[in-house]
Amino acid sequence: ERSDINLRKGVTDISEQVYGLHMTIFYICVVIGVLVFGAMLYAMIFHRKSKGAKPANFHESVKVEVAWTIVPFLILVGMAVPAAKTLIAMEDTTEADVTILVTGSQWKWHYKYMDHEVDYFSLLATQQEQITNKFDKGENYLLEVDRPLVIPTGQKVRFLITSDDVIHSWWVPDFAIKKDANPGFINEAWTKVNEPGLYRGQCAELCGKDHGFMPVVVIAKEPAEYERWIAEQEQKQLKAKEKEQKMLAMNMEMEELMDVGKQVYQSACAACHMPNGEGLPGVFPALKGSDVALNDMPKHIDVVVNGVPGTAMQAFAKQLSLKELAAVITYERNAWGNDTGETVQAKDVNALITGN
Amino acid sequence: MSSVADDLHHDEHHDHKPAGIMRWLLTTNHKDIGTLYLWFAFIMFLVGGAMAMVIRAELFQPGLQIVEPNFFNQMTTVHGLIMVFGAVMPAFTGLANWMVPLMIGAPDMALPRMNNWSFWILPGAFLILLSSLFLEGGGPNFGWTFYAPLSTTFSNDSTALFVFSVHIMGISSIMGAINVIVTIFNMRAPGMTWMKMPMFVWTWLITAFLLIAVMPVLAGAVTMVLTDKYFGTSFFDAAGGGDPVMFQHIFWFFGHPEVYIMILPAFGIISHIVPTFSRKRLFGYSSMVYATASIALLSFIVWAHHMFTTGMPLFAEMFFMFATMLISVPTGVKVFNWVATMWRGSISYEMPMMFALAFIVLFTIGGFSGLMLAITPVDFQYHDTYFVVAHFHYVLVTGAVFSIMAAVYYWLPKWCGKMYDVTLAKWHFWCSMISVNLLFFPMHFVGLAGMPRRIPDYALQFADFNKWISIGGFAFGLSQLIFLALVIKASRKIGEPATAQVWDGAEGLEWEVPSPAPYHTFETPPEVK
Amino acid sequence: MSEQQYEKYYVPEQSVWPIVGAVALFLIAVGAGNFVVESTKGKEGYGGWILTAGLVVLLVMLIGWFRDQIEESMAGKYSAQLGRSYRQGMSWFIFSEIMFFAAFFGALFYTRMIAVPWLAGESNNAMTNEVLWPGFEAMWPLTQTPGGTTTQAMGWMGLPLVNTAILLISSVTAHFAHVALEEGKRARLKLFLGITIVLGLIFLFLQVEEYVHAYRDLGLMLTSGVYGNTFFMLTGFHGLHVTLGTLMLIIMFFRVLKGHFDKENQFAFQATSWYWHFVDVVWVILFVFVYII
Ligand code: HEA
Ligand code: HEA
Ligand code: CUA
Ligand SMILES: [Cu+2]
Repeated sequence: ERSDINLRKGVTDISEQVYGLHMTIFYICVVIGVLVFGAMLYAMIFHRKSKGAKPANFHESVKVEVAWTIVPFLILVGMAVPAAKTLIAMEDTTEADVTILVTGSQWKWHYKYMDHEVDYFSLLATQQEQITNKFDKGENYLLEVDRPLVIPTGQKVRFLITSDDVIHSWWVPDFAIKKDANPGFINEAWTKVNEPGLYRGQCAELCGKDHGFMPVVVIAKEPAEYERWIAEQEQKQLKAKEKEQKMLAMNMEMEELMDVGKQVYQSACAACHMPNGEGLPGVFPALKGSDVALNDMPKHIDVVVNGVPGTAMQAFAKQLSLKELAAVITYERNAWGNDTGETVQAKDVNALITGN
Repeated sequence: MSSVADDLHHDEHHDHKPAGIMRWLLTTNHKDIGTLYLWFAFIMFLVGGAMAMVIRAELFQPGLQIVEPNFFNQMTTVHGLIMVFGAVMPAFTGLANWMVPLMIGAPDMALPRMNNWSFWILPGAFLILLSSLFLEGGGPNFGWTFYAPLSTTFSNDSTALFVFSVHIMGISSIMGAINVIVTIFNMRAPGMTWMKMPMFVWTWLITAFLLIAVMPVLAGAVTMVLTDKYFGTSFFDAAGGGDPVMFQHIFWFFGHPEVYIMILPAFGIISHIVPTFSRKRLFGYSSMVYATASIALLSFIVWAHHMFTTGMPLFAEMFFMFATMLISVPTGVKVFNWVATMWRGSISYEMPMMFALAFIVLFTIGGFSGLMLAITPVDFQYHDTYFVVAHFHYVLVTGAVFSIMAAVYYWLPKWCGKMYDVTLAKWHFWCSMISVNLLFFPMHFVGLAGMPRRIPDYALQFADFNKWISIGGFAFGLSQLIFLALVIKASRKIGEPATAQVWDGAEGLEWEVPSPAPYHTFETPPEVK
Repeated sequence: MSEQQYEKYYVPEQSVWPIVGAVALFLIAVGAGNFVVESTKGKEGYGGWILTAGLVVLLVMLIGWFRDQIEESMAGKYSAQLGRSYRQGMSWFIFSEIMFFAAFFGALFYTRMIAVPWLAGESNNAMTNEVLWPGFEAMWPLTQTPGGTTTQAMGWMGLPLVNTAILLISSVTAHFAHVALEEGKRARLKLFLGITIVLGLIFLFLQVEEYVHAYRDLGLMLTSGVYGNTFFMLTGFHGLHVTLGTLMLIIMFFRVLKGHFDKENQFAFQATSWYWHFVDVVWVILFVFVYII
């Protein structure tokens, strides 16, 4: 359970070891502190000039100096041994039962189950209005996501952690895991959760503007339940893909495109380009009145689908469905006075992706 | 010390100071330059502090109220940069300028013109840094540690200005450090052998060495950031065979020694004040010297303790954990020696001593949390939370900054010839002491409970403590205005005249020249026995 | 110190040059900061002009400052103690330069021994290779980056070898020049100093040739991944230092012509020659680690 003033024990054997280590070292420091400050306080009270204390003459003693070099050293050795043991256990990621690829990007997490056809993004679910103080803040303010990560209890779960853009850090205090997500490299971590439950964490490396709005939520389920869940997800994702292909033939109405587009825009684009499409001058370009959004439709689709390498603009092909892509591009071409009147359809987007 | 008397006599005829602004712009006098450094540092402390106030105001309660996240990040970044490079380092350099020549009996710094240059390039560097905040897109927002690729591919265009302004800060520090080293090596009065050198001089000698060794590495790091961002190199980009973590290695190879650069001179100051007000010689002088040197040497092999979560191989994590823990040993020696100096002394509690005592206790608390951070498996929990923020403000604010304040109280009468206003001083001390702990102590709690650093908004469970932290912050900020008033008063020569000796327990050459110290001192070197 | 005769340490009066230098550095930083953005992002602005102005002011400052310095020196105001200050100051400056190069050598060793092998799956990075960079293999020179950029490697025979020889010889001739100065043989001094300068200039010329070769024939560019990055940054900063060293040598040459320097009074000359030796040593290390191994 959570504490407001201390580390939590967490829900794994490792996290409990870490907690124990933390308390041990803390107590050792307290004892040393009490001794040192006690001696100092004693001198401050009893060796005061105002009490008529006459200064003594000594100013060195090899014996005590050697003693207070060696004793702290031995204390440190005493700390180092359990610390090393815990560390070795933490870094052993072999023989995992489940492997999950965790990818950070500005400002969401992506989870991919390596042994299943399941992958999805996980975004902050707290409403913008709560953040700007228009609505009351909910109990899990800033610590809630739309789609939590799901893992089985009692099994060794291995996380492969990486990033698409800047460095993030995947942190779940209850598992005592905090590992940086470095772009271009994969770090490994593992956990074995003892009890089912819902565990919250956050991104722990400054990753730009919305670093504070990038929570992690993990649900641990009994293995049987987990198996059911993952099978279900696999089915769902398969079906969604099939449906998407069928959709290609259909044309959507402007109104529907704008509706869907607005929603997608708010969740995927507004963090940078701002809800009013004006961007942040000098940081993120405006879409309102931009040349690409008004004139160059092929480029517009390309930028949204493939991103712009070397900038913060991500490739959204992986993140959004064809329908969503079509909708959001349409929205950007018609909102905030960008009244091109043009619609973009799923098949247009698909044409660009498949290259015809 | 007959030569001192001669010298003083001599000085009376030569104590003419050039007048007006030109005195300060063109000066080659170590005391003038010391004063300039100290004022500059103080102004930067206020500016950096004002940014901290913005941070604390935004964090006063959950939700976004005052600033938006991008600006918040700029405040955090520039607050860190200004406090480190603009406040603490120049303050120590100012103290070195004033005191090192006086303490070793030298007529001035060894290279007086370069001394002026190393000061006057600083205001320009910070002007650039601060004005970049007003650019379109804002100033640097990637943390004072400017990790790539946030500072390269994903940063705004103020980055180039940031890079060049850091270059200038580096040039300034290197020139300042060269001056200190050469002065100490080459200008000591006859008879001032190495093991007779005052502790402040020793600690600054070693600090200067650290500066010359690591500031160029910082220059290399910013240069690579510049080329990665603007000229297509990929030092920190895996696609080109580079590694973002390499940036961190290079940065912290500078950064860790840097934090000791900000504490070793403090150790020196405390080692003067404690004996003076205990009226007893410093306990274990030679072990103090060796401990300082050991800390400096160890500081080169511990850098990656800032990077435990980056995914280094196991053996590297172990190595850096053990090496870091070792630093507690020589640091402990220092703490024990100070306590032993007080032991059976004849202690009185003037203001410098009050700040020194606060330093010893609060710095040690900061050291303890440092030791906890060094334990790799637990650092996984602490890293990038407010526990770290608590740690480094204890060592930096109640450590470095308190030592600087102690030093100002200790030497101000020597600089200005007037005692400081004791009433104001007491107010300043007690207000600071109480508020600073209200400000930084609860940060341990929110950190352990899981609040990440560098966030403009937080979960509801942290709300209560953050409110108190902010209140502590505002109170601490206001308390510094008392200090400002006190310093202005003394520098306008209001107050009781000070004697040459000032403190009855004080020893050292600086107390043998009159107060205020004449414009030129020791044109003939004194004889040290 | 107690054994030496007391001499008054020369503390200069007020000087205008440092503040001029401060203005120069300010202009250079502002100018460079804007110029870099303008030139790489195709923006309009005054960065280039401000930078140029800064460099001009810096030049004025250097000339003025050194002129004062030379005058004082010729007027015999400098004591042996001051000479020591200058020499020690110069040594520590060179140490700081060494640490600057160390940062880039560090980057070279790190990318070569850690980053590239890790990208190829070594240490705890098997999955890095398997998932993110399948098929990438470690090699050095890194002629194909994980991202797919290719280049050819620069061999060490030919130009680099010739350049090594040139710099090594120039170190010897610089030394001979110094010996000649010590012995008061002015003609020899001028001769060897002149040869050193010519060698320095040839080195720089060949270095430019090498860069042209790299860009045109080998496709080796600053943007060719970490091999190209470390190659150009190390040789480039070294080249800048050779340029500076050569300029210093040229100034020394003119001062020698004017009859400056003798056995006692030769700090500037000595500093220049130290600097030149330092630049040579860096090259030798660079030649071994950048070109050969
Ligand atoms: C003045 C500056 C200063 C000083 C002196 C220190 C001193 C120490 N620091 Fe700190 N540190 C910083 C400034 C400083 N630090 C800063 C600025 C950061 C954050 C940077 C950033 O990320 O922005 C940081 C971060 C930091 C980290 C990284 C945390 C993280 O990001 O996860 C670590 C980890 O090991 C660490 C450790 C230590 C240790 C072991 C010491 C030791 O030197 C402390 C030694 C002292 C004592 C231990 C107390 C006295 C000793 C005794 C009484 C003897 C007996 C004691 C024992 C045997 C226990 N520090
Ligand atoms: C020596 C260095 C130093 C000093 C002195 C301080 C002093 C203070 N610091 Fe900090 N700080 C750092 C170095 C320092 N800091 C560093 C390196 C970081 C990390 C940056 C990063 O993450 O990149 C940091 C980060 C940091 C954070 C974390 C920000 C984040 O993670 O987002 C916070 C939050 O509270 C903070 C607060 C403060 C406060 C309240 C003070 C106070 O002590 C300041 C008190 C002084 C004044 C307030 C000025 C005097 C008063 C006035 C000018 C009058 C106006 C007053 C009022 C309106 C009340 N600092
Ligand atoms: Cu992602 Cu911080
Ligand atoms: Cu450190």
